[in-house]
Amino acid sequence: MTPASSARTISLQLRIWRQVTPEAPGGFQTYRLEAVSTDLSLLEALDLLNEQLIAAGERPVGFEHDCREGICGSCGFLVNGQAHGPQAATSVCQLYLRQFADGASLSLEPWRARAFPLIQDLAVDRAAMDRLLIAGGYCSVSTGQAPEANAILVGQEQARSAFDTATCIGCGACVASCRNASASLFVAAKLAHLAQLPQGLPERGRRSAAMQAAMTAEGFGSCSSNLECEAACPKQISADWISWMHVDLHARNQRN
Amino acid sequence: MGGLPDPRLPAGPIADAWRRTRAELPLISPLRKRQLHVLVVGTGLAGASAAATLAEQGYRVTVLTYHDSPRRAHSVAAQGGINAAKNYAGDGDSIERLFADTLRGGDFRAREAGCMRLAELSSGIIDQCVAQGVPFAREYGGTLASRSFGGALVSRTFYARGQTGQQLLYGATGALLRQVAAGRINLLCRRDVLELITVDGVARGVVARHLLTGALEVHTAQAVLLATGGYSNVFFLSTNALKSNATAIWRAHRQGALFANPCFTQIHPTCIPSGDAGQSKLTLMSESLRNDGRIWLPAIAGDSRPPEQIPEAERDYFLERLYPRYGNMAPRDLASRRARELCNGGHGVGPGGRSVYLDLRDAIAEQGRAVIAARYGNLLEMYARISGDDPYAVPLRIYPAPHYTMGGLWVDYQLMSSIPGLFVLGEANYSEHGANRLGASALMQGLADGYFIAPATVSAWLAGQPTPEISADHPACREALARARARLEALLQLNGQRPVDAFHRELGTLMIERCGISRTAGGLRAGLAEVGALEQRFQVELRVPGGIEGPNPELEKALRVSDFFGLAQLMLRDALAREESCGAHFREEHQSADGEARRDDDRFSHIAAWEYTGDGREPVRHAEPLRFTALQPSARSYR
Repeated sequence: MTPASSARTISLQLRIWRQVTPEAPGGFQTYRLEAVSTDLSLLEALDLLNEQLIAAGERPVGFEHDCREGICGSCGFLVNGQAHGPQAATSVCQLYLRQFADGASLSLEPWRARAFPLIQDLAVDRAAMDRLLIAGGYCSVSTGQAPEANAILVGQEQARSAFDTATCIGCGACVASCRNASASLFVAAKLAHLAQLPQGLPERGRRSAAMQAAMTAEGFGSCSSNLECEAACPKQISADWISWMHVDLHARNQRN
Repeated sequence: MGGLPDPRLPAGPIADAWRRTRAELPLISPLRKRQLHVLVVGTGLAGASAAATLAEQGYRVTVLTYHDSPRRAHSVAAQGGINAAKNYAGDGDSIERLFADTLRGGDFRAREAGCMRLAELSSGIIDQCVAQGVPFAREYGGTLASRSFGGALVSRTFYARGQTGQQLLYGATGALLRQVAAGRINLLCRRDVLELITVDGVARGVVARHLLTGALEVHTAQAVLLATGGYSNVFFLSTNALKSNATAIWRAHRQGALFANPCFTQIHPTCIPSGDAGQSKLTLMSESLRNDGRIWLPAIAGDSRPPEQIPEAERDYFLERLYPRYGNMAPRDLASRRARELCNGGHGVGPGGRSVYLDLRDAIAEQGRAVIAARYGNLLEMYARISGDDPYAVPLRIYPAPHYTMGGLWVDYQLMSSIPGLFVLGEANYSEHGANRLGASALMQGLADGYFIAPATVSAWLAGQPTPEISADHPACREALARARARLEALLQLNGQRPVDAFHRELGTLMIERCGISRTAGGLRAGLAEVGALEQRFQVELRVPGGIEGPNPELEKALRVSDFFGLAQLMLRDALAREESCGAHFREEHQSADGEARRDDDRFSHIAAWEYTGDGREPVRHAEPLRFTALQPSARSYR
């Protein structure tokens, strides 16, 4: 039997934002975890902490999570001020403790954005992002109306590029890392996904106007041009799409 | 309960039977549709597609999901692809071949009419998804690309890199959100369905808990659709998302819905193994890695040398040795079983000796690192993130993990459960996958159910429902509310010390040992006693912090685990009663001299449908015989 290649244990100091309701005052509380395996993810370390808190009769830490493989987009909070923590292209559920030194101190706090009201501790309400999609983030085609699939040709490169923007998992890291709390990268990704495919073209202008108007109405800020969104995005969606979105909207406005 | 209902199978030849059935279904006027109300629980592929399609047809639809957004449903995690009998590759594929592969893949434990319908609908699913803007992989000329998958001899799997489920789900949830915008869908997120409401044995609504406020709500309708996914989390460590659960189907079962073949659960051979005791899940590595990776273990039991120090002659490429025709591409259940046997025999590697090597060394040497990186780059990055190893330098470590549950609520050909008015879609039902699911068929089934089958059959049900929906203060609603409240209060007043996860982990360890890759009568009986004892300890030693009000994730988990106890016992009973080996269900007593599964068509060519008869009472096992006209059962052989 071979020993695991990297298994070691470390101790961690976790400084966690605790706030029981949106109205109650919140603040950081510090916890220590001793001898945790570096083969655990940060969320698994929070599971362990919660088991200890429950056994001690305290309220466990609230945080969002589900698939724990980086695809559902449920998880997300700031780790030492960075959305999803220090590792590039990684959602926080895929952040393993081997990224941290023994005795490291980690500050965990929720996404901070006006459009994301706090629920409890590290959990916030991101329903506003769904309302942006409701404004037009789809192709209006009902079941049964579809033509034969190969009647719509899409070049390989075009399909690849559309896919790259369609991989957005809706986690909100872009909003959380933007100093204006803008959802520009989220909106641009959806607009670019559909505008690059022939299926999305009939509604392209209407979709763009509606989703950007919804973004303002929901209380998201405008793009801060700092590119923090791109750096934080676990799917590495390029902020160039924000420029593309602005140019596209400008061109349309000029024509109208 | 009146035993087993009529499965309403079509008469005549199974080819084209769905079209003939649909042509006979009653229609409803557009004005009338606006007065009819449907509840859909779950927003994965099946739920989202059904909700969107029913709303497009003009019904009022209420959708409930425990997620904060429909896009988070676990369909999002499906990697591989979706099958369709398009025959774009010109390699001889056809509806008949997809039908035959599905039926054979399920080891002749599914209804042939259902498998044929699935194959017939498969092409239309791809058309629908493309029209929605799903960015499938393309050929240079712009046509759809396809690949062969899971041992299929034809290239019929459509894909969007390694994120096919995500892209199909975004297509379906886009369609759902479009109907929200149109005012035809009332989307209620963060609701956990805890009880089914029935009136005179007919499904009329559900009780749900609002996960932020803790309020219990009554939702009524003229039809209820459960599309709540599978129950692999009974094993604690599985490839499922952590919140995936069986509560909605289990509560429906307790209200009279028959549960079919609960012991048919699929174990996927290529997952990232468990390491630390605090690990919360197992992550799937796409099976496509087996195309280039060679699977091996040290030939000498207990060999603790690092892999690079084990000479070629002392490596056992056991799949290549045992299955020279298929090699590393041997079917999922055989690969899983052989891995487990060798690990039990002391050959396993990694923590606890619970993994096998999947080695890309030879493929990198032959094809170059760049080719392998282009093919599997994303997967290998994910592996490196989770394991901390460099898969280009050292072999990957993999181990089988529970992945998909073929078993589920019994449904008839029209997807209606044994409770009239209760429809069950996708992984939550028992349907076309039989005793083992073919690769890239889960997405196909979920969308066939949601886009095409349920919208037609639910309409037919509604056409016969002259009565309005019941009011929320109907005695049946009050009774269901009281049931839900009593469960919550019972869990919260326990005065124990142990958190839910400790019990769930214990249940999982037990179930994977007793009812996992390989099963014996003795082990299953012992498992029944052990699960019963653990459940009793749960009811004394559990501690759930907090109260009914406000967010309380521990309470959510406690409800789910308490339902898993009942389901686990039903799985063990079902595995014990099925005295044969078929598909993913392997009973050690039923194998040939060379270790192959021995199916017993004389005694077990049927769907076992279990009836709940009360707590502490033996459930009743009904049998729906399976008849085969288009393809006769044959034994499979991969040697």
